[in-house]
Amino acid sequence: MTTAQEAQREAVKHPLDDLLRTERIPHIWCPGCGIGTAFSSCLMGMKESGIDLDNTVMVSGIGCSGRGAGYVKLDSYHTTHGRAIPFATGMKLANTDLNVVVFSGDGDLFAIGGNHFIHAARRNVDLTVVCVNNFNYGMTGGQVAATTPHLAKTTTTPLGNPDSPFNLPLLAYACGASYVARWTTLHARDLTSAIIEALANPGFSFVEVLAPCPINYGRRNKEKPLDTLRLFQEKSIIKNNAHPTELDVDWERGVVLGTFVNNPRPCSTDMYDKVCRLEEKPPKKSAA
Amino acid sequence: MALWRVPLDADQIEVPLGIVHIIKERCKGCGYCIEFCPKEVLEFSKEFNQKGYHPPRVKKPDDCVNCHYCEIICPEFAIYSLEADKEQANQ
Repeated sequence: MTTAQEAQREAVKHPLDDLLRTERIPHIWCPGCGIGTAFSSCLMGMKESGIDLDNTVMVSGIGCSGRGAGYVKLDSYHTTHGRAIPFATGMKLANTDLNVVVFSGDGDLFAIGGNHFIHAARRNVDLTVVCVNNFNYGMTGGQVAATTPHLAKTTTTPLGNPDSPFNLPLLAYACGASYVARWTTLHARDLTSAIIEALANPGFSFVEVLAPCPINYGRRNKEKPLDTLRLFQEKSIIKNNAHPTELDVDWERGVVLGTFVNNPRPCSTDMYDKVCRLEEKPPKKSAA
Repeated sequence: MALWRVPLDADQIEVPLGIVHIIKERCKGCGYCIEFCPKEVLEFSKEFNQKGYHPPRVKKPDDCVNCHYCEIICPEFAIYSLEADKEQANQ
């Protein structure tokens, strides 16, 4: 190929370049990290869903996936650790026209930010939460997290994790989320359509993305990045509308993927307007 | 890709042709596109990029059906495909 043709090829841009701060790309995520795929599916979903991107905010917390807010060329907010959902809730309350997407990791959303998550889901705040679950605290060196599978090795559990992990879709369901789905980075197309559905759902939508963490989790569990994806291919069971109690992450038995809850109910701002914004109601007659 | 049986309307289906574009300098050599391409169009090249990884290379350019799976699985925004006809129209 001649250099002129090559130059022409280089000039053609990646279809997502208009949503990326390309001067920051290549990003910091390790080779084989699943966050890049989850992020790209999230951007693709946002683009394809037809929402007004000028009126969309991406919020993320701290951690590897927290870097997402820095790479997206939209209004974005990189918040303090675990507090992505409170910042997002505040933004939604201040301007109810915004589409607020929270893109963060399992440690940020479910360990330090667990309480915020359960209350936002209970109140059904109109947010789309994309949680990248890589089974450990990747950025700080691979410590055991609330989502580390039983017996998996991490830096702080060299003999294997003695505890059971969180079942995140069950937690979201129990707290009242109106849309709950789980996919892996290998199921990137289903993930994109789940994100489109989640964006369209008025209320709290939760999408869990199982992602490989080759450097900090995979290396200690003797899994190369491609091995993790093959595990996702072989051991995943697609079962839409499965009951959330069946969704434990246990790779021996198989992990259930799909859309589990799609049950819209009134969201927090609507209920607030109904109860507390009384302008439309006729004024009370005075006693005199 | 293996088929269990030939679809009954196989002769009526027009298979699109895609052209794969690789942004070599963004690639970190994870190999996902190569491993999961349904038509096995890609392979590792021998050359190095600036960061010292081997980016993929198009092995069988005529086999690409423009399914965009490499584009969606790539964590680095480093590969994408365009439909061949549209591209020629643009030129």
